[in-house]
Amino acid sequence: MKPPPFDYHAPDSLDEAKSLLRDAGDEGKLLAGGQSLVPLMNLRLARPAVLIDLRRVPGLDGIEANGEVRIGAMARHGRIQHSAELQSRVPMLTEAMRHVGHPAIRNRGTLGGSIAHADPSAEAPLVALALGAELIAASSGGNRSIPGDGFFDGPFMTVLADDEVLTEIVFPAAPAGSGWGFHEVARAHGDFALVAAAAVAVVEDGRLRDVRLAIAGAADRPTRIGAAESALEGAAWDEKARAHLGGVVRDAVSPASDSHASADYRKSVAAALAVRALDDATRQAIAG
Amino acid sequence: MYVDDVPVRDPLEVVFVRSPHAHARIRSVGLDAARAMPGVVAVYGAADLGELNRWLPLLFPHPHLTEPRTQLPLATDKVFYAGQIIAMIVAVDRYAAEDARERVELDLEPLPVVVDLEAAVADGADQVHDDMAGNVSGHIVQTVGDPDAAFRDAPVILKHRYILERSAAMPMETRGMVAEWDARQEQLTLWNATQVVHPLRAGLAQFYGIPESRIRVVAPDTGGGFGVKGFFMYPEEVLVPLAARDLRRPVKWIEDRVEHFTASHHERTQIHDIEIAATEDGVVLGLRDEFLLETGAFVPYGLELGRITAGQVGAAYRIPNIHVGFRGVYTNTVVCTPYRGAGRPHMCFVTERALDDVARAVGIDPFEVRRRNFVGDHEFPYRRDGLVTADGYTVILDSGSYFEQLKMLEDALDVPAFRDRQAAAGGTSKLLGLGMACYVESTGGGPYEGAHVVVEPGSGTVRVTTGFTDQGQSHKTTLAQVAAERLGADLADVVVEFGDTAAFRWGIGTYASRGAVQGANAVDRAAETVRAKALRLAANMLEVAEADLTIEDGRVSVKGSPDSSVTLRQIAKASKPDRYGFDTDQAALAAFGPARPRELSDQGPALPGNDAPGLEASEFFSSQNATWSSGSHAAIVEVDTETGEARILRYVVVHDCGKVINPLIVDGQVIGGVAQGVGGSLYERLAYDPQGQIQNASLMDFLMPYATEVPGVELLHLETPTPLNALGVKGTGEGGAIPVPAVTAAALEDALSQFDVIIRRMPLDPEEILDLIAASNPQGGEAET
Repeated sequence: MKPPPFDYHAPDSLDEAKSLLRDAGDEGKLLAGGQSLVPLMNLRLARPAVLIDLRRVPGLDGIEANGEVRIGAMARHGRIQHSAELQSRVPMLTEAMRHVGHPAIRNRGTLGGSIAHADPSAEAPLVALALGAELIAASSGGNRSIPGDGFFDGPFMTVLADDEVLTEIVFPAAPAGSGWGFHEVARAHGDFALVAAAAVAVVEDGRLRDVRLAIAGAADRPTRIGAAESALEGAAWDEKARAHLGGVVRDAVSPASDSHASADYRKSVAAALAVRALDDATRQAIAG
Repeated sequence: MYVDDVPVRDPLEVVFVRSPHAHARIRSVGLDAARAMPGVVAVYGAADLGELNRWLPLLFPHPHLTEPRTQLPLATDKVFYAGQIIAMIVAVDRYAAEDARERVELDLEPLPVVVDLEAAVADGADQVHDDMAGNVSGHIVQTVGDPDAAFRDAPVILKHRYILERSAAMPMETRGMVAEWDARQEQLTLWNATQVVHPLRAGLAQFYGIPESRIRVVAPDTGGGFGVKGFFMYPEEVLVPLAARDLRRPVKWIEDRVEHFTASHHERTQIHDIEIAATEDGVVLGLRDEFLLETGAFVPYGLELGRITAGQVGAAYRIPNIHVGFRGVYTNTVVCTPYRGAGRPHMCFVTERALDDVARAVGIDPFEVRRRNFVGDHEFPYRRDGLVTADGYTVILDSGSYFEQLKMLEDALDVPAFRDRQAAAGGTSKLLGLGMACYVESTGGGPYEGAHVVVEPGSGTVRVTTGFTDQGQSHKTTLAQVAAERLGADLADVVVEFGDTAAFRWGIGTYASRGAVQGANAVDRAAETVRAKALRLAANMLEVAEADLTIEDGRVSVKGSPDSSVTLRQIAKASKPDRYGFDTDQAALAAFGPARPRELSDQGPALPGNDAPGLEASEFFSSQNATWSSGSHAAIVEVDTETGEARILRYVVVHDCGKVINPLIVDGQVIGGVAQGVGGSLYERLAYDPQGQIQNASLMDFLMPYATEVPGVELLHLETPTPLNALGVKGTGEGGAIPVPAVTAAALEDALSQFDVIIRRMPLDPEEILDLIAASNPQGGEAET
């Protein structure tokens, strides 16, 4: 479990990081905490020739909350989890952080690293999608903002170009009167989710509005369940809706079977967790 | 200091080339490109070993082990499991060695793979070893009483199959070793994360054909063993020293975690076909058990695992008529040898689940069926003539109090209050269940351990040295307590050393819940001998009769006149009269000698005639039969019927290991065992695919329970001292792990009782639990696994 040889850089500025990344072409890989990439390198499953470590780049780990919430890509999971400001502004994110590995992993792993790694079962990409985050990417050619909905492109794949650095994750302010829910089934606490569900909803006059429902672990990427969202729009959250949602989710997801669980199991659990996430979201929305 | 920290100069590092196939003919092994890689010092293929590539030993021959097969250090014609070593690369560091490994050219012709245990014994099955018929290495049968007669007239006969699946010990520290060959002294030193230094020394001496005195094996601090390091003569254990001797450089191999999954042994898979005969009152009349023991591709440990399993049959119950037999079965998988519990969890699972089946069949509750079958307190020693433990002892339950144990468990649980809670949860998706099981465990296996105790003349330190080892069991504390108490020394003055063949000549090792029984009793005996000598010498020094002396806190004093005393240190000094007075404090005493009368200190002999100098002794303990520990466990679980997740909410243990030397340490052992049992119940399963590849060979995929999954354990102790040793102790290293799968299965079954779910195999994962619920038939009938 030792990696093959590689060049290692730890640039002191974002500009330097961007130019190193550009020069490395498709041989380069950014290191942003290393909790996934380094094990893959040790197993020789990932073999980047050039590793560019972002740990010394200043200004990438900020946490700002003025209306929208801006979190630097290098902000560590643990810091996010324990930030009182984030607990009140993006509670789904801080709750989800509890499920990311263990304290030692959360003390090294970063939000941007996890989102860019795009594990289909990981919590951070799911929350980014569910909350409608914007992902800010920088390259030598300039910056761009990518909506969460269009960011994930397949298992461990994103739309980031080889020379782009994910620098910031921007969460919009939560709509007034909204609630959220996050539920996960993992084989043991801190393991990757078998399935996780994240939901946001507004309740007006007993009716659901602006429902966002996303599932991880049930497709090749975190996935919004559009059919469920539109079916719930304007509906009351009652037994009938709960039963209907389960069926919609079951039909909408396309998980794979692996050594941990079958596709069928993941479908069942996705349905159950989606209902639980909506249960929580509506309860909170009503409670204010 | 762990083995990876052993400070040798410029060690070379080893990486092994392992078979990617589970069964294949070796067409060619191309090593030239690897040899040419930078940093590579040597690459060894089978041909490079010459005559040293000889069969590794069969550690436990048995008359009924009719087809034993062991492996070669480096595979030659064929490989028999994925992970078998084909070549050894030695390089300046592990990075270079792994780079070189990628350049090895293996040409292997895949052969049919045998993985499934039942398929392996079917007619016409593919064969692991083609020089024998079938895949069965041996069949061992034992009989107690007259089982055929018992079954002939029994009103209730149940027949079921029970299965525990493959797992592994997975210690936090993997295996590893550092070998140094001193050519001038012709001395091999092997630092090795092993549970058995002396047996390994003997094995290496035999293998290399050199005297044991030329080999020193040291087990430094070791980060967990749980049996996987109790096996010895792994191929690496002969290959790494061989490289050190050949290259005249220290050579190091630290197993990495991925490698551990196929380089180190596994355990657990057994399939039991049980018939149980009972009265309509639930009194068991007879038990027939024929089981399959998966041994993996070879049987270097013989059929010992199966023999241990078989020896536990009957457990805490009278069950007067028993047939127990098993077949060892080869598969193209990693070799299986003992892992904490060592075959006992299997028999416990089978027995306890079968008893629950009986209870259900005759309509009594699980506690009651056990009470109707327990061996009573007045029935000890309880013999099962015809049945022997793996050590060859006739099974004789030496002592216990099973009724009391069960009562303590029942009282602690408050079953009626639980039934109320359970009923209240009944309508939700989170159901509650309570399960319990009892176990007995043969402990203190032979053949012997020894100990040396010396009071050091200069410092007064009481140094205890023994041959066995420690992988985190706190033996230093336990043995120091025993030595201090028996000798009358101050605990703070006692130092304990072990795990080094150079420190103590004789020993076996730490495994099979034997350290306290064999080792502590040896220390106790050595301390007693030292105490006797100290009293004899002190009596002369103080000019009183021995009977008038007492030892406390390292001081021998005259009863009733404490001012008249000498310390153990002073006696030790006096016992080795040096002639020289360089220790000013002790000069006078040194000149004395214990044989000289006090008033004539410059006259007469210094030592009694032919007496040995020093306050020291070596003594041994060799148990004459097993000591049987016991326990009753219960769990309350919550099952989520929508996700299949099971959580243990409460876990209660009543534990009896005879006299408890150190409660905190015993608690730690039991709790650690329960944690491993939880793993074996709900998480850990080494999943082989039909090609003989492990599907979850990393700690990302092989699920071990974390602190978050292991419940708090409520522990109650019962002490029924064994009459078989002076300390009254029984072993405690494995007990915690033994009943957990049976307990968890019973609790899950209880939680899912509305679905009529019956559980006869473990572990279970959430999906399997959901499948059980889905398969249930509310109109009646059982959903079985």
